[in-house]
Amino acid sequence: MRVLLQAPLVFLRLFYQSVYLALGQVWANKTRSILTTLGIIIGVASVTAVIAALSGLRAKILTQFESIGTNTIFISPMRPDRGPLQHAPYWSIRFLPEHFDGMLDHCPSVARFGRQTGVGAYTVSHREKSVENVRLRGIEPACHQIESRKVSLGRPLSVIDEMQMRQVCIIDPKLQNDLRLDRDCIGQSILIGHNTFYIVGVLEARPESVFGGGDQESSEIFIPFKTSFKMRRYLWVGVLAESKSPEVSDEARAEISFFLRRTRNIKPGEPDTFRVDSVKNFLEIFDEIARVVFMVAGGIVGISLLVGGVGIMNIMLVSVSERTREIGLRKAVGAKKSAILTQFLIEAVVLCFVGGLFGVGFGQLLTTGIANIPNIELDMSFIPLWAIGLAFGFSGSVGIFFGMFPAIKAARLDPIEALRHE
Amino acid sequence: MPTIAAETDKPVIQPQNDKSVIKLKDVKRVYKVGVERIHALDGISLELNENEYVAVMGASGSGKSTLMNVLGCLDRATSGYYGLDGQDTTKMSDAALARARNERIGFVFQSFELLGQLSALKNVEMPLIYSKNGWWTRRKRAINVLERVGLGDRMKHRPNQLSGGEKQRVAIARALVCGPSILLADEPTGNLDSKTSEGIMELFDRLHQEGQTIVIVTHEEHVANHAERIIQMKDGRVCSDLPANRDLVHKTAIQNNVRGEQS
Repeated sequence: MRVLLQAPLVFLRLFYQSVYLALGQVWANKTRSILTTLGIIIGVASVTAVIAALSGLRAKILTQFESIGTNTIFISPMRPDRGPLQHAPYWSIRFLPEHFDGMLDHCPSVARFGRQTGVGAYTVSHREKSVENVRLRGIEPACHQIESRKVSLGRPLSVIDEMQMRQVCIIDPKLQNDLRLDRDCIGQSILIGHNTFYIVGVLEARPESVFGGGDQESSEIFIPFKTSFKMRRYLWVGVLAESKSPEVSDEARAEISFFLRRTRNIKPGEPDTFRVDSVKNFLEIFDEIARVVFMVAGGIVGISLLVGGVGIMNIMLVSVSERTREIGLRKAVGAKKSAILTQFLIEAVVLCFVGGLFGVGFGQLLTTGIANIPNIELDMSFIPLWAIGLAFGFSGSVGIFFGMFPAIKAARLDPIEALRHE
Repeated sequence: MPTIAAETDKPVIQPQNDKSVIKLKDVKRVYKVGVERIHALDGISLELNENEYVAVMGASGSGKSTLMNVLGCLDRATSGYYGLDGQDTTKMSDAALARARNERIGFVFQSFELLGQLSALKNVEMPLIYSKNGWWTRRKRAINVLERVGLGDRMKHRPNQLSGGEKQRVAIARALVCGPSILLADEPTGNLDSKTSEGIMELFDRLHQEGQTIVIVTHEEHVANHAERIIQMKDGRVCSDLPANRDLVHKTAIQNNVRGEQS
């Protein structure tokens, strides 16, 4: 029993002693250690920076989706990748508003949906002020709720506006400012193209977005969906829908697909001529891309760690040969083979860990640098804890792998020969 | 472990007993160089008792270094029996030999072999790191033994801040720190001037008086004269094994013979 207890204790003592000695060695040869671990440092720094950038991007996208609503489902026409419609003109596969009539009755997982159109860019004027290139969108009232864009002044578009095809609009605060409208501009009229519209509401400022209409330069005007067909006869229709909860978003997607295939007369076996994407779906796509990026980066970093590991092995071999007498002495005073092996192995691992530590430090610097580059969407970059664990895990295994050979070489030295070594 | 006697002028009672520490029976060590077989040790039989003070002498190539390595468990005998403290070392595993070196044998080398980046204290502590029981008390024991060799005020110094004699004292302290059954010194004064050598030899004498078994390998007459028993080696064999005073007589007799033949 005592022997059983003593074995791990002896190892722990040896371990502590080896770490102590190894740190002493690293400290004694500061320049050499840093230069040796440069490969590890660069490898670890780059891998942590890449992971930080990716997870920052993911966090950013996630917050944006949250502002849209995680239940949101986007439906848009798409050419199938096979079948006779593969090269069909886009116009022939466009959505018609009536494709969606009665969708809520047939799709139990869908809470609400709203059709919308992009009418195009118009010049908007009020008295003598005019603003060019304002994007005009026709929306059904449900789109407001799905996009969760709050109206800060006035009211949102209503079903009655829709039914009566009223010439009313909602503007964003930037336009209100640019047109020098009154603070309370509800009820005032503006000219969109040559048509007069009455302002019924002002939106909150749009949040920044990584995808879809991220530019803050142009303003937006929202008019009722049916009214937009008075502006132009033929329009692109897209649909925003919302599932009842994020859990049923896959069911909602399936139901919508099923419903649309029927209303669009797609025969069994023919491919879909539209796509239905949920936020979850987008995140999955992003994760897929992120994984590929991570694999590529991981490959490069792997090579860097390999080179770094060879450097470690080289310096450990040098260390073994220049400390041959020390090894001989240690053996003469009673160090077992295993003790010498542990000492040199731990020295290699400590060296790698020092590299890993510096690497994570540099990675943090890189990440801070990335996060502070203006105009790219990486300002939320951070190094997740698991990445730090990964970095240390990797550098530790490099240390063990490449330190093994020199350590075995040291352990096998004959003490008499070693003590005679010059 | 022998007690620490700080004042050497006190009459020390020598523990007189004939317990055998080392027992060699027909030990041979054969090196193979190509097809040639070199008998570095050619059938040595020896018995060393506790508290003996032995000098091994011989010309270079006489096998005294090999004997030292075999005695110190650094090397294995090719054939024969080597008993250390009654245990047969020829059948021991490498790990057991390492433990024997740690617990039973103290080495003192000609070139000190101190670790340059460690203080004297750390150097002395070093063998205890590898010992089974000494780890927790290593600091205390190292201080103790450094004071015993007269370096109580030099503990924090590094080897390059110490003189040659002090370095050898640190090395002796390191050899003693595990409380070995036998102290093996390989030319301990070889790198020292005669005055410092005398100091080191006085230290050995004192350790002997305190009950330490000591084996010194040397080719210097005045060093060997400190010992109580002198073993002369030649061509891997023991050619004479006599108490120091008789050895002197023996030697003068041989010399006289040689002179007689020459004249």
